[in-house]
Amino acid sequence: MTKSKIEVKKRTIAVDPLFSPRPARIIKTKQMTENEKFFAIKFDDGKPLGQQPGQFVQLSIFGVGEAPISVSSSPTKPERDIFEICVRKVGTFTGALHKLGVKDKLGVRGPFGRGFPVDEFKGNDLLIIAGGLGIVPLRSLINFIIDRKRDFGTVTLLLGCKQPKERLFTDEIAKWEHMTSINYACTVDKADPEWKGNVGLITSLIPGVHIDVNRTYAVVVGPPIMYKFVIAELIKKGISDKQIILSLERRMKCGIGKCGHCQINNLYVCKDGPTFTYAQIKGLEEAL
Amino acid sequence: MRYLYLEKKDMPEFVAYLKKNHRVAAPVKKENQFVFAPIEEASEMSLEYIPTILPPKKYFLPQYETLGSFKMGATSMSQTAVEVEPTVLFGVHTCDIEALSCLDIVFNEEPADPYFIRRKKSIFIIGYECMRPCDEYATCITMDTHNPKAGYDAMITDAGNRYILHINSIAGLDLLARAPFFKKGRDEAEIKAELLKLREEKKKRFEVSLKAGYRELNKVFKKSYSSKLWEELGKRCLSCGNCTAVCPTCYCFDIYDEVKLDMAGGDRNRMWDSCQLEEFAMVSGGENFRKDRSSRQRHRYYRKFDYPVKKYNKFFCVGCGRCTRTCMAKISLVETVNELTKEYKNDKK
Repeated sequence: MTKSKIEVKKRTIAVDPLFSPRPARIIKTKQMTENEKFFAIKFDDGKPLGQQPGQFVQLSIFGVGEAPISVSSSPTKPERDIFEICVRKVGTFTGALHKLGVKDKLGVRGPFGRGFPVDEFKGNDLLIIAGGLGIVPLRSLINFIIDRKRDFGTVTLLLGCKQPKERLFTDEIAKWEHMTSINYACTVDKADPEWKGNVGLITSLIPGVHIDVNRTYAVVVGPPIMYKFVIAELIKKGISDKQIILSLERRMKCGIGKCGHCQINNLYVCKDGPTFTYAQIKGLEEAL
Repeated sequence: MRYLYLEKKDMPEFVAYLKKNHRVAAPVKKENQFVFAPIEEASEMSLEYIPTILPPKKYFLPQYETLGSFKMGATSMSQTAVEVEPTVLFGVHTCDIEALSCLDIVFNEEPADPYFIRRKKSIFIIGYECMRPCDEYATCITMDTHNPKAGYDAMITDAGNRYILHINSIAGLDLLARAPFFKKGRDEAEIKAELLKLREEKKKRFEVSLKAGYRELNKVFKKSYSSKLWEELGKRCLSCGNCTAVCPTCYCFDIYDEVKLDMAGGDRNRMWDSCQLEEFAMVSGGENFRKDRSSRQRHRYYRKFDYPVKKYNKFFCVGCGRCTRTCMAKISLVETVNELTKEYKNDKK
């Protein structure tokens, strides 16, 4: 038999852009600390991001790549077409992002994941515990609650960070402090000469707070090391596992529950989370 | 849908017929192993083969693929397109066909993956039924993947002096029914009966190597998470990622940018990744959620025998045995699962 040399036609088919980012532009930046920078971002098409507090986006700089970043602004913000982030410079992507300034372009995919269960929070008090960068996604929730005050009870905000100079959103927090619906306490691991506040781990603030455990949700976001200790304190206080909400950080590449990087046992953090109740992840060895 | 006879001498003509409008990829011998590769004629392929080095998933989810191209400084990809080539995958084992149906579930889950789906639509699958187990590493008899069930356009079964061809899809019927050399059976029921008899006989040749049965396997894994065995595997594992690369149901991927040399633009690509590699679950702050090889090995096994059962009600191990054949540290799936089964049964006593 002679060899058949018939060329089979290759075809190129246009597909729906599953991994294509939406074009956006930086409209404001602010260096918040030595390593953390704030960005306000607006989509070229003028449409809002449409996020829930606690969701994240995949930011994209072509030539560098993508990285999952928490959204820090509330969907109730009056400028609906703008969303805000605050990013620590830790790796290649965040290093490149920090070099960008006003008018620079970047791509955005998302929002992804399940945000904080704000509908369940309605009619309840909230104990919000933020460690370090945890305040970034929690700022979205706090502003959401402030803007819809009538739906929620009192908010107790506990803030912790390593040093006073690492505190984020200090101007905004100063405003929150004066609100009657917000109780506020802050601690640092290590004080500097000007610091007049608490010194110690964030767990030291928990025993002193007055909450009605039956109608309080605790929302905890911070570095992985913080969770175990904070949860132990909360349980001591008598809060149920179902009323402790956490947000977990994981490596994420796709944001749509396929690439496998963010998987904890059978859960995909990008899709099933990043927010979970403690009841959901209790006992999952790789979770905390 | 239809059962036909194919004379063995007509195989070259069959392949030539398919070649008219399609690229045909089939198992081809490569040194002492096999690979799926495009063929020109039937004589190049080896239908009696042990599982190929890489499974046919490479035609659906290539090792590398471009998701789109970009210009530096731009924010949207200039083109999101997938290149497809009408292909017939010829001689696919039933285990690999089952594995493709696993990938099908994953990539069709919302949001569905257009790249995978487009490729899938352009590929015909013509299976080749195994009449004996590949080797001692294959566990298809336990995973219930030794017989053709679904997921193929046509299936070839060796019936001794001739082949039986089962056409199993409308697309398969369109492709094959008009081929000149098929002989219709006198009665389709008769061919079906012949197939059943062949399968009864072949079952005797398959030795069961796993000590847990299909129904018991998931129960074993429910109790095995804290087994000491994982540490044992962790000590031996080289963390090379071979097992996941050759696994027909592993689909984890990385997304990365590749800048062209002129620095004017580049491609955003997707590449196979492996949960066995150290940095797989590491976040940029340095925290690694599966930093030990033992936890990564456990993760791999649980992604086959437990997590997908919870998520899709389906095992993602099809019993092909590739992970065992390829492992440089000789980590054996049969030994691992049997050891866990032993622990499970001892605990129950």
